[in-house]
Amino acid sequence: MTRPDVVVTGLGATTPLGGDVASTWDAMVAGRSGVSPLTQEWAAQLPVRIAAQLAVEPSEVLDRVRLRRLDRSEAIALVAAKQAWADAGLADSGLDPERLAVSVGSGIGGATTLLAQDDILEASGPRRVSPHTVPMLMPNGPAAWVGLELGAKAGVHSVASACATGAEAIALGLDMIRSGRADVVVAGGTEAVIHPLPIAGFASMRAMSTRNDEPEKASRPWDKGRDGFVLGEGAGVVVLERAEHAAARGARVYARLAGSGITSDAYDIVQPHNEGEGAIRAIAKAIADADIAKRDIVHVNAHATSTPIGDMLEIGALHKALGDHPVLAATKSMTGHLLGAAGALESIATILAIRDGVVPPTINLDDPDENLTLDVAAHKARHMEIPAALNNAFGFGGHNVALVFARA
Amino acid sequence: MTRDEITSGLAEILEEVAGVNPDDVAEGKSFTDDLDVDSLSMVEVVVAAEEKFGVKIPDNEVQNLKTVGDAVSYIEAQS
Repeated sequence: MTRPDVVVTGLGATTPLGGDVASTWDAMVAGRSGVSPLTQEWAAQLPVRIAAQLAVEPSEVLDRVRLRRLDRSEAIALVAAKQAWADAGLADSGLDPERLAVSVGSGIGGATTLLAQDDILEASGPRRVSPHTVPMLMPNGPAAWVGLELGAKAGVHSVASACATGAEAIALGLDMIRSGRADVVVAGGTEAVIHPLPIAGFASMRAMSTRNDEPEKASRPWDKGRDGFVLGEGAGVVVLERAEHAAARGARVYARLAGSGITSDAYDIVQPHNEGEGAIRAIAKAIADADIAKRDIVHVNAHATSTPIGDMLEIGALHKALGDHPVLAATKSMTGHLLGAAGALESIATILAIRDGVVPPTINLDDPDENLTLDVAAHKARHMEIPAALNNAFGFGGHNVALVFARA
Repeated sequence: MTRDEITSGLAEILEEVAGVNPDDVAEGKSFTDDLDVDSLSMVEVVVAAEEKFGVKIPDNEVQNLKTVGDAVSYIEAQS
């Protein structure tokens, strides 16, 4: 039996740049920043007072009673999944629910619910703790709500691999379709932890930018002045579909998900391998899995979070595993770092780059690091033919995920 | 407090917690079958009712409160 091709037939997102995919992509190609000051009272005491907050609040899209029982990460996963589902035109397609699966992960999960309910516990006692607390904070909550909304009965999965989550969730979807466990997988990532505790935790690791006075310039991958990532929130979801299934119903196809590579460093709990060994293997595996010539993979949406060490290790890994020809983008320069949603949102950007033949800009790359030896579309989008492209996502814990997308 | 006042107090809670239209709330209505209040929302309704009416509704009583009228009678007897 030959391995089935898998294509992308639907996209959905809610991000710091826009409440849907179209507005997000337009802002990205235009090089707009979604980073702004945190004006909340609690931010005043923090070393980091900037973040990339959602452009459209979930309350503008979902009704009040529904939101009472959804963690913010669950609410935005639902928003993105419903968009992707509608975009794919599967609603009345007669798809067998037992052939529909969900793979939606989160890096951190329902932390803000946990913290808010702990405040209630401390202030008012256990009887006041919401009965919705557990389904709101459980890490499989976003996937479960999406599965419930769409009636998915082929399995609901929640990958957790920190900042690689969104990409790994998509890789799992690819595996599920290839192995015949589903015809359609709604896959992606979600994150919503703009709250003083996670920010304080990341800040204590010295992982975050403290460029509080210039929010829009704070996320600056590969620039000499980079000083850490900027926390973002949002969700990205793609509809993966067996190519023959999509063709049979005449579906619009954005791109083919050609291959994936997943490795683990076994090196350090938070530091990437000092020679990018795990990243190199992940990229090489993805290229081999995709069975596409390296010269055709002309664009990379890099993980590039704007941290001093990680940004350059990825450049070295790309040189070794792919070559010196790709044109890079670090879209986190505009969106901030959406943690568990990053790999999903950046997959969407990679897919649209292929569709439109445009490498989105990397903003704030004013003074490139001298070790940046690959071509980057700095400041302005670059129009070019993109037969295939790579998306990287790496996470605390030593997770490395690479995905190859190609023109269908 | 009259039965009508308790009913309208419950209607406010049901709207807040479960999005129930206050016009649908009447003594004969079942929480689960007529008003679509699921088990987790019922817990929220009970806690909110305790606060609003200054009563205690133990968990073993909640299962006996099938209809709005059952709840009104219980609250009326306790307050």
